[in-house]
Amino acid sequence: MEAVDPVIFRLAIFVLAVFVGYYVVWSVTPALHTPLMAVTNAISSVIIVGALLAATATAGSEVAGQAASGGGAGFSRGLGFVAIILASVNIFGGFLVTRRMLAMYKKKER
Amino acid sequence: MSVNLAALLYLVSGILFILALRGLSSPETARRGNLFGMAGMALAIVTTLLAVDLDALSLVLIVAGIAIGGGVGAVIARRVPMTAMPQLVAAFHSLVGMAAVLVAAAALYAPNAFHIADALGNLKQLSLFELSLGTAIGAITFSGSVIAFAKLNGNMSGAPIILPARHILNIAIGVFIALMIAFLMASGGDAKLAFWLITLAALVLGITLIIPIGGADMPVVVSMLNSYSGWAAAALGFTLENTALLVTGALVGSSGAILSYIMCKGMNRSFISVILGGFGADSAAAGDAGPQGNAKMGSADDAAFVMKNAGKVIIVPGYGMAVAQAQHALKEMADMLKEEGVEVSYAIHPVAGRMPGHMNVLLAEAQVPYDEVFELEDINSSFSNADVAFVIGANDVTNPAAEDDPGSPIYGMPVLQVWKARTVFFVKRSLGSGYAGVENPLFFRDNTMMLLGDAKKMVESIVKALD
Repeated sequence: MEAVDPVIFRLAIFVLAVFVGYYVVWSVTPALHTPLMAVTNAISSVIIVGALLAATATAGSEVAGQAASGGGAGFSRGLGFVAIILASVNIFGGFLVTRRMLAMYKKKER
Repeated sequence: MSVNLAALLYLVSGILFILALRGLSSPETARRGNLFGMAGMALAIVTTLLAVDLDALSLVLIVAGIAIGGGVGAVIARRVPMTAMPQLVAAFHSLVGMAAVLVAAAALYAPNAFHIADALGNLKQLSLFELSLGTAIGAITFSGSVIAFAKLNGNMSGAPIILPARHILNIAIGVFIALMIAFLMASGGDAKLAFWLITLAALVLGITLIIPIGGADMPVVVSMLNSYSGWAAAALGFTLENTALLVTGALVGSSGAILSYIMCKGMNRSFISVILGGFGADSAAAGDAGPQGNAKMGSADDAAFVMKNAGKVIIVPGYGMAVAQAQHALKEMADMLKEEGVEVSYAIHPVAGRMPGHMNVLLAEAQVPYDEVFELEDINSSFSNADVAFVIGANDVTNPAAEDDPGSPIYGMPVLQVWKARTVFFVKRSLGSGYAGVENPLFFRDNTMMLLGDAKKMVESIVKALD
């Protein structure tokens, strides 16, 4: 039997994570739906991982590659830099505004 | 760092994100959940930095980028007023969308940095497909969120803008994007122009999809864009072969989808009809006929007198409370009523406000304890034994026509049965119809008293009268 393509495993992780997301989100109390949006916003900025890779693209790695991507490393770094800024706004803004909101939810004083 | 260790750490980061959302099941655990989220993010970033070869320039770019972005984000998070939360979330979505586009472009131009090139330095077909999807969804998220932001922030009218033949236009753009993706894949990644055409077409599609959607449908739009930003991240998670990104994309994508579903159900509308847009455009014209019948007008003194002598008051806040920033005055009023021995609680309709949970946050800001705030299905049966329903800045969500008039555009929508209370007070700026453009027959009932005026000023006058 031939080996399974690793893409299939990633697909499996993805599909299972969708199910996890489905059950976890249904258990979120409606009162916290706004913080839910703010925090999902913050965590989706984990795309910064891709931006970091882009910012570290080097001409060296490109020499090993083909000529068609010439000049790609510099361009990639520029794109990565902007993407890091955008994602960072979201990470810091998202988590901090979530914290600010959650700090306001108080129980009745008894 | 070994590739395998990095992959395991990304998995841990993904699990921390799951715990972050899990925490939101109750306000007590939510704060800890948020810390899990921060830890997951820090872990993902540190893992990436340890796994790549850093030179001086890239280090400068990374530190400067995080410092600039983080600084801006932290200042925004501290300063933004709670009433502006819907537009802030829309703005944040647009940033995720744009970041996805940039990362996809970088992956196309420097595939080696992402370890996705084959031995010859060519991109795999599948990677091209994934990053095309990533940029397309990212671009739709970006431009769609910018439009949503402009509508929520008042830079643009909330009224739906109907383009001629918009459905055909959207389908045509969609087909064009699909063709360009096929073209890019056939070229083996050399046709860079096709990539930019995909991005450009998707940017246009984001605009044409969102402009026909009216202000009242914004909770659905904001949730939907939330979902898109997740799917864009997931598509790039496949490209980057990164578990943290895959898991997060799946979580955020399903979260946004569920919120959209809850919002649609709250309006008794199908997701498709919201997306197709145009709601409120035709019925608004019908609403111009003006109010019919005689409404009973009341004053702050009347309201104060009746509520002071009531046993049980249920407050129903809506978007108008947010606009007038009346939540603090409202809390003061509730406190004075409680001192008089009145039982006060709050009833929240799922689509009250401009985003899911909007009213809950505003009440929390005004230090209303969250155990006095109830969702529709938990409190609807209580109106029949309430003395007063105090509706402030809400309209359509209390409209009895949704239950008894099959001809009404909002027929079938779940509503708060405020009319079952002995007396209903409506704090409103005018007798006009709500965002759905539908007349509310409740204004003209015998047990309804209208308190016309700015919500905040009216509540402040009631507070004075209670003194």
